[in-house]
Amino acid sequence: MEQIIIIMMSVILVDNFVLSQFLGICPFMGVSKKLDSARGMGMAVTFVMTLATAVTWPIQNFILETYGIGYLQTLVFILVIASLVQLVEVALKKYIPTLYKSLGIYLPLITTNCAVLAVTIMNIDEGYTYAQALFNALGAGLGFLLAMVLFAGLRQRLEESQMVPAPFKGIPITLITASILSLSFMGFGGIVDGIFA
Amino acid sequence: MDIIIPVSIVAVIGLIAGIVLTVAAKLMHVSVNEKVEQIRDELPGANCGACGFAGCDDYASALVTKEGISTSACPVGGAYLAIAIARILGVESEAAEPKIATVLCRGSSDAIRRVMKHDKEWSCRAATQLYGGQMECRYGCLGLGDCVQACPHDAIKIVNRLAVVEKEACVGCGLCEKACPKNVIEMREESRRIYIACKSLDTGLFTMKACEEGCIGCKRCVDVCKFDAIKVENNLAKIDYDKCKMCGMCVKECITGAIIDLRKKQKKK
Repeated sequence: MEQIIIIMMSVILVDNFVLSQFLGICPFMGVSKKLDSARGMGMAVTFVMTLATAVTWPIQNFILETYGIGYLQTLVFILVIASLVQLVEVALKKYIPTLYKSLGIYLPLITTNCAVLAVTIMNIDEGYTYAQALFNALGAGLGFLLAMVLFAGLRQRLEESQMVPAPFKGIPITLITASILSLSFMGFGGIVDGIFA
Repeated sequence: MDIIIPVSIVAVIGLIAGIVLTVAAKLMHVSVNEKVEQIRDELPGANCGACGFAGCDDYASALVTKEGISTSACPVGGAYLAIAIARILGVESEAAEPKIATVLCRGSSDAIRRVMKHDKEWSCRAATQLYGGQMECRYGCLGLGDCVQACPHDAIKIVNRLAVVEKEACVGCGLCEKACPKNVIEMREESRRIYIACKSLDTGLFTMKACEEGCIGCKRCVDVCKFDAIKVENNLAKIDYDKCKMCGMCVKECITGAIIDLRKKQKKK
């Protein structure tokens, strides 16, 4: 139990996927203009990450490892994740149309998101058990959601601010904000180990 | 022989994924409303987004599922399409007047002064971010051709560093309006043949120095208009088209030539 909490805390705060490991920067910049869409994207990523781990972990450990073809990991994972997301989309459209609508365009977009692929591969590299891998994926998604929501809030205020000098308006101030936010997350370094020490 | 096992495993995984997806698509097929499909067939399918929706599909489903969506929102299809959509939906059609892109600036290289020189041909967007562009006038057309690139129908050209719309080729999709960082291009109803071709909010003195053809806010047009249709706000004349009777008096009175009458031009030709 303690181990799972450590995994979750460290992947949400210390090794935040966006702000510390710089994965999934594309949606972080692209979909963070509005709080609503940022939240939708974050939730969709969390969902897909957990689901992808639930499927790729057994494939790696029971199929690829057994036949000694671990080197095909990337190829197989991309294939599996892409078809999985497609399947989820079809199912959602049929059974939970409201969720399908709120996730909208983001669901197919994350098919090729590097953060989703990264979390599945990292689970294997770290040698996690099935439960640990699932919670790691869930935490990675929640960390992504946190970063998206924080950044969307900042951006909305920046848009309204009159104080931004003309040459910094738009993309430049956004990138600077992202770097400062990323710096602030460095403050979490070492915290998790300290809590349970 | 070592290659056979990996290849077959990946192939099998791919095959399983394909089969599962196919079965799922059949089993969980959501039947789309018939009307949506009909409207979708009528729409031009350009997916330009000029209607304000994410694409033709989105517009079609919004028309059927939500109430109060305008049947004439698609500028590419025009009035004919609006009637067709209305017939499918069983409502009365709104008359949609076709719009065409209009460049609200006369600042060609003959008329306007440039304050900066640069060697590279930038885009308007880049030039705007660098202190508002190379022109003395901060509001005018930069003539670097972002609109030309945006136009899928080759209806815009740069002549003498000023964007010029070819009316015959323009379908009114509004992509150039969105591409212009200066908001100099506006979608204008075709019947509005008189318009102010200037966007400058600078004072008359400044505008006069910067450009020979800009509106200097002298209010001569306001005085001459019998229908009270012109106002000068922030040093720029504005025509109220509900009141304007297209008499053309203001066009004659304007000393800088910032008011344009399209009928006159046609006569000259």
